[in-house]
Amino acid sequence: MSIQVRNVSKRFNDFVALDDVSLDVEGGALTALLGPSGSGKSTLLRIIAGLESPDAGEVYISGTDATEVKPQKRNVGFVFQHYAAFKHMTVRENVAFGLKVRKQPKAEIRERVSELLRLVQLEGFGDRYPAQLSGGQRQRMALARALAPQPDVLLLDEPFGALDARVRAELRAWLRRLHEEVHVTTIFVTHDQAEAMDVASQIAVMNAGHIEQVGAPTDLYDEPETEFVMRFVGDANRIGAHWVRPHDLDVSHDARDGGVEAIVDRISHLGFDARVDLTAADGEPVSIQITRERLEQIELEHGQIVWLVPLRRRAFDPEALLAVD
Amino acid sequence: MPRLGLRSVAILYLTAILVAPLGLVFYRTFEHGFAPAWEALTTPETLHAFKLTLIITLIAVPVNTVFGVICALAIVRQRFPGKGVLNAFIDLPLALSPVVVGLALFLLYGRTGWFGGWFEQHDIQVLFALPSMILATIFVSLPFVAREVVPTLREIGDEQEQAARTLGANNWQTFWRITLPSIRWAVIYGVILTTARSLGEYGAVAVVSGRLQGQTETATLRVQERYESFDVAGAYAVSLVLALLAVGVLLAMTLVRPKEETA
Repeated sequence: MSIQVRNVSKRFNDFVALDDVSLDVEGGALTALLGPSGSGKSTLLRIIAGLESPDAGEVYISGTDATEVKPQKRNVGFVFQHYAAFKHMTVRENVAFGLKVRKQPKAEIRERVSELLRLVQLEGFGDRYPAQLSGGQRQRMALARALAPQPDVLLLDEPFGALDARVRAELRAWLRRLHEEVHVTTIFVTHDQAEAMDVASQIAVMNAGHIEQVGAPTDLYDEPETEFVMRFVGDANRIGAHWVRPHDLDVSHDARDGGVEAIVDRISHLGFDARVDLTAADGEPVSIQITRERLEQIELEHGQIVWLVPLRRRAFDPEALLAVD
Repeated sequence: MPRLGLRSVAILYLTAILVAPLGLVFYRTFEHGFAPAWEALTTPETLHAFKLTLIITLIAVPVNTVFGVICALAIVRQRFPGKGVLNAFIDLPLALSPVVVGLALFLLYGRTGWFGGWFEQHDIQVLFALPSMILATIFVSLPFVAREVVPTLREIGDEQEQAARTLGANNWQTFWRITLPSIRWAVIYGVILTTARSLGEYGAVAVVSGRLQGQTETATLRVQERYESFDVAGAYAVSLVLALLAVGVLLAMTLVRPKEETA
C-alpha cells in the first residue's frame, strides 16, 4: 500500500513543525524519516497515522485521500517510542486488542495472537503483564499488537530510542527480517543515521520542517544534494568552501601536491583503520579516516605539519565557492 | 532514636485527635448496655433518618462520579477556553462553607428566587424536601472524584489512548477498555471520599431541609436533634452508626486494593 504526502504544513503555535512537505512511499518499502529532534519527522509520521491533523495538504493511503479519516479507520499500525503498552492487560490481551475492537470471532483472534507471538518470539510470555517484560520484549509486543489487525501501513516512532545499544542493534536486524517476512509498507522515524542506513531501503532526510533529500542510503551518502545531508548522513569536513568525507582525504608531506596545510593533533587507532584529528591552516578542525597500512606508510606524528589532498569533494553554496576560488 | 520519636508523635497525635473521641462515642453508646442503644436506633424517626441519608448518598455519589470523570477528562485531555475557570470552580465546594451553599440554594429555589417561581408553578417542592437536600449534598461532595482522577490522568498520559485509536477503537471503546481501567483506583478513591462526605454532610442540608422529624431529617441532623432533646444516648447511638459506616467504607477500600494489585 503506497503513501503519498502532498504539501503538508503544520504549526504548533509559533513553531513551524512542517512546511509544505511532500513525500512518496512505495507499497512494501521500508522507509526511514531521518532528522535531528525538532525537524518535524515525528509530526509527519503522526499526521500519516491521523494522530495529528495537518493545517494544509493531504495524505493519501493506497491512492485514496485519508486526510479527514480518523485514526481508527485508517488501518495503520503505530508503534510508540515508549511502547504505550496497555498496562492492565496481559501480553496476549494487548496483542488481541485491535482484533477484539473489530469484533472478530474468538477462535480466530486466539489463532492470530499465537501466530504473532511466535513471530515476535514472545510465545512463552502471553500471560505476563507488560511490567514483567524487558524494554525490548515490550517493544516486540507493541509491534505484534500493531501488526495484529493486518494494517496497510506500519508506522514506528523512534521505536528503539528507549533501548540500550545492544538491544537496539538486535531489534534493528530483527525489524529488517520481519519486514522481509511480512512486507507491509513501513515508515520509521529515527535520529540515528546509522540506524536509518542499516534498516531502511529508502531514507527521507528532514531538517527544520522540510525534507532535504529522499533516496537510497548509498545515494544520500555519495551524492548528498545539500550541505545538511552531507553533514547529517555520515561525517564530513569543511575544507575551504568544500565538504569532504573523512575517508576522501589523503595525507601528503609535500605542499606541491596541492593540499591544504594542517597540523596533526591526535592519532587514534581503531583496529582496521585509524582516525587522525588535525587543525587546518584556517583553524577548522578536520578529522580523517585512513587505513592502518596507509598510516604506517606515511609515518604521521603528533604536531607534524602535513597537506591534506581531497580525493572527492562537494560544494553546496555557489557564492562561498566563488569567494574562495 | 529519631525514628521512634517520630512514630510516637504520630501515634499520640492520631490517638488524641481521632481515636479518643471515637472511642468515647463507642463507650458512651453502650454505657448502659446494648438494649438502650438498640432502642434509640430503631425508633421510626431514626430509621427514617438513615433511610434518607442512604437515598441522598445513593443519588449524589453516582451523579458526582460520572460528572467528576467527565470533568477530569475535559480538564486533562482537552483544550478549550475557560478551562482554567472550570478547574478552579471544581474546588469551590471545598473552600465554601456548607452553610453558604445552603443559603445559596435557599435564595435560588426560595419563593422569590430565580428558579423558585418556576418550580412552585409546577407544584414541585424543592426546599424543605428531598430535591434540595440532594442538590446540597451533590454540591458539597462534587470535587472529590475529579480531584482524584485529574492527577492520575495526567500521569498515565494519552499514549495508550492513541495506541488504542490506531488499533481501531472508537472513543467509547477507548474509554471503557483503556482509560477507565487505568484510572479505576482514582475513581474508587474518589467514590469513597464522595460517599463519606455525603453520609456526613450537615451544614448545607441543615439549611435547606427544614429539619422536619421523620420527613427531612438525615442521620447527621438526627444526631443534633437527639442531643438538643437531651437524649444523649440516642445521639451517641446514631453517631456510632455514622462512624461505623465511615470505618466500613475505609476498610472496604483497603480490602479490595491488594487483591487487585497482585492479579
